[in-house]
Amino acid sequence: MAGFSAPAVWRGRTHRYRLVAGKCTSCGKLHYPPSYSCPYCGSRSMVEAELPRVGRLMSYSVVYSVPFDSKSRAPVILGLVDLGVARVISEITDASPEDVSVGMQVEAVFRRIAEDGGTGLIVYGIKFRPVKGA
Amino acid sequence: MPQQRPETATGIHGWGVYIPRFRIKMEDIAREWGWSDSQWKALAMIEKAIAGPDEDSTTMGLEAAANAMKRAGVDPGDVGAVFFGTESKPYAVKPSATIIAEALGVTPVTMASDLEFACRAASEGLRASLGLVASGMVKYAIIIGSDTAQANPGDVLEFTASSGAAAYVVGPSPGSAAVFEGSYSYVTDTPDFWRREGTPYPRHGEGFTGEPAYFAHIIGAARGLMNTLGLKPSDFKYAVFHQPNGRFPLKVGEMLGFKPEQLKAGIVTPLIGNTYNASALIGLARILDNAAPGDRILVAPFGSGAGSDAYSIIVTDAVEEKRNKAPKVDELVSKKIMINYSTYAKFRHMIRVVRE
Ligand SMILES: [Zn+2]
Repeated sequence: MAGFSAPAVWRGRTHRYRLVAGKCTSCGKLHYPPSYSCPYCGSRSMVEAELPRVGRLMSYSVVYSVPFDSKSRAPVILGLVDLGVARVISEITDASPEDVSVGMQVEAVFRRIAEDGGTGLIVYGIKFRPVKGA
Repeated sequence: MPQQRPETATGIHGWGVYIPRFRIKMEDIAREWGWSDSQWKALAMIEKAIAGPDEDSTTMGLEAAANAMKRAGVDPGDVGAVFFGTESKPYAVKPSATIIAEALGVTPVTMASDLEFACRAASEGLRASLGLVASGMVKYAIIIGSDTAQANPGDVLEFTASSGAAAYVVGPSPGSAAVFEGSYSYVTDTPDFWRREGTPYPRHGEGFTGEPAYFAHIIGAARGLMNTLGLKPSDFKYAVFHQPNGRFPLKVGEMLGFKPEQLKAGIVTPLIGNTYNASALIGLARILDNAAPGDRILVAPFGSGAGSDAYSIIVTDAVEEKRNKAPKVDELVSKKIMINYSTYAKFRHMIRVVRE
């Protein structure tokens, strides 16, 4: 394992922990995760904006062949979540493939996203789960 | 005689709970290890809650704290202390309190630390917070109790050791949902339950966990509190204690002179298990979800090693508008996904996968 870069984990913590998007001051559009330039108009004038925490699942993919550290939660469901003002690609947690469907309501939760083996850093951040319990 | 309450009144501005959705039935654990059903029936247990594979005490603690902040409605910048009580730290060295403080937007001008005293660490954080708030050193403090409790597979402890979190936002009494009337701490060196550094599962002194540990310390704290305040059991609407199983809290309540109807509202362990640092605090949250203004509540968490703190709190009018701002305990208890023993063992890292 190459090992996670502590500075990279640290730089991303605000947007991962609090679902903070980049908001373009030129065209007004939001994007997540935030980047240095607007993916819509190319402007480099950005401010931060917290996204809503409840949205709808637009599409998803079920990944059966997963990295070693994700084996305990295979198959992993990757979803495209529409939050109205922005779209977010996120893991869908607390759910099996039969529990998810396009259009279902999902909400943001704080989870372990990845870990660097048994001795390295644990990366925390937002995932989404079905609003309805099973 | 030390002062058992600060000069300035303090209160609970927000309470919040998180219970993971996964549950296992007692029958499944008993069948796996050849226990007689009488074993878990004697503990008055039905099901226990299990954290998912991407959850730990930090993630659950944050969800509970975020729910408490929804009810508190305070500016994160006004929070001056974040205390995290657990005996299941994701990192042996690196605080969870800073991760939670960062995610809540409380950083950087705040105290933040992880506390350890078996199941009582969060309660110590609560007691310390009353002093910090009353002195004016901090405006609001967040106290979190969260555990993914470990049990050696096949140990009787496995019936009860579960996962869950509770959090409280404490501040000056004006605007709070419940006011602290007094508190009393009672600790001794008692070796009833321990886990050595670097070992995965705790050990316990079997019969020694009851009389000299759980019962002696809770009774010491609760009687001390009532004597100091000049109160008797009938002065309280509710009493809630640490809940290592479904039976002990009823028994200690009875020994103190409380009636079953004062005790039942706060007992949640039969349906979710013993959430360790969150145990009594989830029970208190369930009471606050339903209490009426004016109700007086006695709450006494316990931690092995051993110690207990007893608090007397009086519910205010503000409880009514706060209770609907975050999920209630009963809602969290009822949202569940049943899993079997092998899934539970995998989720709680009891199956070791070797990296090839
Ligand atoms: Zn733009």
